[in-house]
Amino acid sequence: MASQPSKPPPSSQASSARNSQQGLRYPSTGKTIYHRPLNRSRTQELSQAGFAYLFSEMVGYAQRRVTGIQDLEKRLNVQGHPIGLKLLDLLLYREPARTQLRPLNIIALLQFITTVLWRHLFSRPADALEKSSNPDTPDEYMISDNEPLVNQYISVPKEMNQLNCAAFVAGIVEGACDGAGFPARVTAHSVGKGEEGELWPGKTVFLVKFQPEVVEREAYLGKT
Amino acid sequence: MSYYFAIIGTQDNPLFEYEFGTAKQGGDGVARFPEQARHMNQFIVHSSLDIVEEVQWGSGQMYLKCIDRFYNNYVSCFMTGGNVKFLLLHAPSQPAASTTARASTSIAANPTSPQTEEAIKQFFTETYENWVKTIMSPFYQVNQEVRSPVFRSRVAAAGKKYL
Repeated sequence: MASQPSKPPPSSQASSARNSQQGLRYPSTGKTIYHRPLNRSRTQELSQAGFAYLFSEMVGYAQRRVTGIQDLEKRLNVQGHPIGLKLLDLLLYREPARTQLRPLNIIALLQFITTVLWRHLFSRPADALEKSSNPDTPDEYMISDNEPLVNQYISVPKEMNQLNCAAFVAGIVEGACDGAGFPARVTAHSVGKGEEGELWPGKTVFLVKFQPEVVEREAYLGKT
Repeated sequence: MSYYFAIIGTQDNPLFEYEFGTAKQGGDGVARFPEQARHMNQFIVHSSLDIVEEVQWGSGQMYLKCIDRFYNNYVSCFMTGGNVKFLLLHAPSQPAASTTARASTSIAANPTSPQTEEAIKQFFTETYENWVKTIMSPFYQVNQEVRSPVFRSRVAAAGKKYL
């Protein structure tokens, strides 16, 4: 200590060391994310052209060094996953106090996704929500969207016709399901047959496959 | 009345801790846990997680009220949509409970009274708002520890305001 007389007293030294470690920098206005309101009005929409441009970059980014279409879809899914996790809490927060309920069963969760989440993202509800009619797969549900907004300006080359870039939206849905405690795998599938004069050529089905423990819990909760 | 507030992530991992005392009725906002009991708070809160997992499927409400008690320590829980738990341990200071009749209506003396429930609910609701702001940060990933001093001061302000 004696050799370094200019050293500040230990307490302030410790706090300044901590500050520099955290590396926190505040904006010059002093406003952080905590100073911003969470209730943006519904009219504040983004330009679709801007989104399409960003999304094309996201697809291009995901396409770098991929091994195949499945890998590309997986990467798009991963990009969407945290968005779903965050939107779940944000949209629940925005619900009116009386209906501010955590979804407790699969139907409530999927209804929340197809109405509240879909309306927030695409300003309209999803077109259909169905349960798999196959008795062997009671854990599968399908959300259909006749015209996914993310695919509007995307034309898939012929040799990649398995690809559906709505895998990004599937990732958002998966994130919301995982966050609510219903772990699931969500995949996007094009169901348009590519025929002439088809009503919805870009129709996409999101296949939601819940983990076995979710179905087990659902059966147990239903009994009591 | 002393409080210990913890935010628990989805893997039962702690994300945030804060200890404070009541600021009502001339309280100075400093937690007064007995020195030999203070280190138990984390254990008590952790042990109540089992009960949270039972209660969380019973009702879709986020505020699950007082769910557990260990001697003089009461644990209230709030569950966010993303399965993150807010747990508040509140320990009424013994003398306040026994001295005067006037004190018996206060939050401090009745850990399970409707007034206390309501105050804790307001505290949780305000904290939830700040929590949603935290997770809306694009750099925040699920189950990451919250180190923001602004968040800490907001929680402190909510505690001062309602408890």
